[in-house]
Amino acid sequence: MFKLNRRLFLGSSAAALGTLAAPAVMAAAHGKPRVVVIGGGAGGATAARYLAKDSDGAIDVTLVEPSRTYFTCFFSNLYLGGFKQMDDLGHTYGTLASDYGINVIHDWAVDVDPDGKTVTLAGGAMLGYDKLILSPGIDFVDGAVEGWSVDVQNKMPHAYKAGSQTELLKSQIMAMPEGGTFAMVAPPNPYRCPPGPYERISMVAHALKANNPTAKIIVADPKPKFSKQGLFQEGWNKHYAGMVDWIGEDFGGGNVSVDADAMTVTIDGEETKVDVCNVIPAMKAGRIADMAGVTDGNWAPVNAADLSSKANADIHVLGDSAQQGDMPKSGFSANSQAKVCANAVRGALTGSTVFPAKFSNTCWSLIAENDGVKVGATYEATPEKIASQGGFISQTGEDSATRKATYEESEGWYSGIVADMFG
Amino acid sequence: MIRGRFLSVTTAAATLIAAATHAEPDPDAGATLFNQCKACHQIGEGAKNRVGPQLNDLNGRVAGSVDGFRYSKPMANAGENGLVWTDETLNAFLEDPQSYIPKTKMGFRGIKDAEDRAKLIAYLDSFSPDMLLHSSDNPHDLDPAILAIKGDVAYGEYLSGECKTCHQEDGSAQGMPSITGWAEEDFVTVMHAYKNKSRTHPVMQMMAGRLSNEEIAALAAYFGGLE
Repeated sequence: MFKLNRRLFLGSSAAALGTLAAPAVMAAAHGKPRVVVIGGGAGGATAARYLAKDSDGAIDVTLVEPSRTYFTCFFSNLYLGGFKQMDDLGHTYGTLASDYGINVIHDWAVDVDPDGKTVTLAGGAMLGYDKLILSPGIDFVDGAVEGWSVDVQNKMPHAYKAGSQTELLKSQIMAMPEGGTFAMVAPPNPYRCPPGPYERISMVAHALKANNPTAKIIVADPKPKFSKQGLFQEGWNKHYAGMVDWIGEDFGGGNVSVDADAMTVTIDGEETKVDVCNVIPAMKAGRIADMAGVTDGNWAPVNAADLSSKANADIHVLGDSAQQGDMPKSGFSANSQAKVCANAVRGALTGSTVFPAKFSNTCWSLIAENDGVKVGATYEATPEKIASQGGFISQTGEDSATRKATYEESEGWYSGIVADMFG
Repeated sequence: MIRGRFLSVTTAAATLIAAATHAEPDPDAGATLFNQCKACHQIGEGAKNRVGPQLNDLNGRVAGSVDGFRYSKPMANAGENGLVWTDETLNAFLEDPQSYIPKTKMGFRGIKDAEDRAKLIAYLDSFSPDMLLHSSDNPHDLDPAILAIKGDVAYGEYLSGECKTCHQEDGSAQGMPSITGWAEEDFVTVMHAYKNKSRTHPVMQMMAGRLSNEEIAALAAYFGGLE
């Protein structure tokens, strides 16, 4: 049915269109509606690919992403643990350009004019759009951790955007003196990848156990509890007994400051000299969302059914930047939201059938070699938000075969999602 | 082979299935046990029907269905009544063939030791690279009205986005089972096995659990058409 509509649309004049029950169609001067996608990660790359693939060339899709090689944040902890190489995490956009006809531009988007419907790039180019999809990931809240700013990120890496920061953190871990101390300042909710800091602790412990078994790990956490806590703490006791000291909110984990020159961390008034300090600050939507005028506070509120901004119907926000309701900020979630959004945007621009939104997420984490755990849920669009429909979580005390299978499954998921993102 | 195509299950997926029930038996140990079958059965490349039917692609095969082999009436009837060879049905048959299918032509006393049967079945499975169905997935257990639903391919394509976060569109399997090109009945049968929780995988129970019968049919129609 939708094919008939689309064919009619493509072969008809604007006047004839008025007789169709299709949504308002916004065709650009050159005849094709234009979608600009900013951010080439799990949300943006997926949205661009699905729009191009499913519209068979009826939509002009431009993807703006600064990096020529994109390193996935998911699985980057496994690089810290020695289970993956950096190359395993790197992906390029060649297939999206060559096989899907997406106009891939490697540049920074520096401004959005929502009235004129244009995006300005750092290189000076201006892109017009009918629909804009923002999937810029995260930025850090200024002043979130006393003593830390992006100016000191090479002394105290965040490593929460994968790539050179991840490599830097690993080199610092490997250079720790015998019996040294690794500190993490964990972020407050909400933040990208809820189990991420704790998988990272596991992977750092794994690397240290092999190379520096008397080293210590301290975690200052502003939260009273965290994702998969029972599973992680069981795993830390089992694999890394005595190594990890997690200081939660109850013990002053939220009262923390750092000194990058002195390499000290002060938790609830107690100063500790550390060898590596991984500061994961509070997060907010990627900056371009602010410039597009779609944020309210730190995040960009969106409608659940199509991820459209509550501030502007022609701008959609995906993934970490979106304030959508119950979904965790994860690559899986962004990928899931992208497909719902692409379907809705294509429908709005070409009259194709818009199917009801369905969302899902699963987060796998590796605690030690072949000791994988997972948590997941499905979600639906309600008028208020993306709402959880229930889910599952790995159990404490599972047998080793189950944990190994869970890890192997996560590797399968990785292959699957990057194929879904990059073609 | 009557049932047509079966999906390929990767090593990892086979491990998942095994992990849910018991540790995976070692097929090499089964090779020795197979010696007692060799007088009548061939298996492996170029295997032909002899006294008994060839045993390649046995797992997932409808009983009594190898072309050119003259089965006993009871064995042919069992297949017509829906018996499919799976790990579970083979286990029951091999324990005592004459009691499982009375008057089968297979003149074999059976294997009483459960571990030996598991090893032998693992060996047989190693020649069934495309095995799919577990005995608990028997399509005959499903309401025929569910199997009869004609899936909407366009809706299936949309819904497939959820599957493709893990299962690859081009059918390649790198740690996740390939789900393209299955017979629609198999796809529907397996998805309902997750939906009704007779299959145990938590992610798939969750995904299938909220799909309607029509949505499962739509996915089956869409993925069935992918090479």
